[in-house]
Amino acid sequence: MEREVGGGKYTTVSIPTTLYRRIKKIIQGTGFTSVSSFVTYILREVVASYEDRIDEEPFTEEDKQAILEKLRKLGYL
Amino acid sequence: MVSRPHGGKLTNRVLRGKRRERLLEEAEELPRLNLSFDYAVDVENIARGVFSPLEGFMIQEEYLSVLYSMRLPDDTPWTIPVTLDVDPEEISGIKPGDDIALFYNDEPIALLNVEEIYGWEKKEFAEKVYKTLDINHPGVHKTLNRKELLLGGKIDLLKGVPSNFDKYTLWPIETRLLFREKGWRSVVGFQTRNAPHMGHEYVQKAALTFVDGLFVNPLVGWKKPGDYRDEVILAAYEVLIEHYYPKNVVVLAVLRTSMRYAGPREAVFHAIMRKNFGCTHFIVGRDHAGVGNYYGPYEAWDIFKEFPDLGVTPLFVREAFYCKKCGGMVNEKICPHSDMYKVKISGTKIREALRSGARPPEYMMRPEVADVIMSFENPFVGD
Ligand SMILES: [Zn+2]
Repeated sequence: MEREVGGGKYTTVSIPTTLYRRIKKIIQGTGFTSVSSFVTYILREVVASYEDRIDEEPFTEEDKQAILEKLRKLGYL
Repeated sequence: MVSRPHGGKLTNRVLRGKRRERLLEEAEELPRLNLSFDYAVDVENIARGVFSPLEGFMIQEEYLSVLYSMRLPDDTPWTIPVTLDVDPEEISGIKPGDDIALFYNDEPIALLNVEEIYGWEKKEFAEKVYKTLDINHPGVHKTLNRKELLLGGKIDLLKGVPSNFDKYTLWPIETRLLFREKGWRSVVGFQTRNAPHMGHEYVQKAALTFVDGLFVNPLVGWKKPGDYRDEVILAAYEVLIEHYYPKNVVVLAVLRTSMRYAGPREAVFHAIMRKNFGCTHFIVGRDHAGVGNYYGPYEAWDIFKEFPDLGVTPLFVREAFYCKKCGGMVNEKICPHSDMYKVKISGTKIREALRSGARPPEYMMRPEVADVIMSFENPFVGD
């Protein structure tokens, strides 16, 4: 189910109530205003670290040689 | 390992070979849209990956998502809308699906495949991006004077925008390879529009102590009267690097995009661009990209808390000053002494000295840097 809050779109995921209570406790006195904002923060951090493992070479070997040539000519290498 | 491109993939929308030749000819026959310099350089920035993962000007869904959530629809952090505004009469007869040619200085530089034409609320834009509607804010002023419709769609680059700084022009694909060749595993990016004084050097070296390389990336282009000319900034950095930095720890290259003066949102945008160049870290000043008193002193730092997934580490380095008691450059975090010992490194005072033909005091600016600035007949814009 999607809904909109303050221009952003949100959906619901389920977590165990025990975990919910545990998070609620640890975010007291932090900048997090809700369990949802804490969970969003943590998930983004974790997801980004997963994505970091995917690495694509953005150039062919031929491109690479041409770039290295330019870098040498300009004095960067 | 240099940083991963923002959004996972480095954008490359540069046409090459036969296809480019053919489309270059076809461009002459297509409906034409003339771009000003600011837009033309951003077309090239998109095509060459500086704005990765963007591949064109934003469609409405992207625009609104960035405005309200500071993220692209796929959740990638993005804080400044990149849009192309047009007057209705400029695009009469053009509909989604059409190709148009983007011209700069009477030459076709890119093709735009129009995906969407949509209206926008300029005040909504100003309020979200600049956090003010005050017309005296340069960004608000610019925004309210922009045209009525936005064109969204992917672009393909036919030709780069000529530059006075070819020697200092590197694109993300090039810097990424360069950093790798140098064996740098961590690189800190430094944004500037100034000739370097001791405060800048201190901040850069403080950061450089903990990473392998420093990427000094002056933003060149439009300036206000009294600013250092771009060629002066580059010459000043050349002598500073030559005399005061170890070999092979600094890369100096320019970035052409306009200042938005959007404070916190722009600080994140600056970090994202440097991430695309391969930086793992980025120095964020207090009041980074701010203007006047529109932003709180730490807003440009606080905003980074919203982006645990930014993929580039902000370094919040405090402004440096000279402390007579410490006997060197320090900042408020490491110097316990009272104000009577502190000397602020004032850009205005340095300029005044240079204008009168005198070297500023050595604790403010390196003599070699001062000399090279004064070797220019007109080091400042509008003199
Ligand atoms: Zn001190």
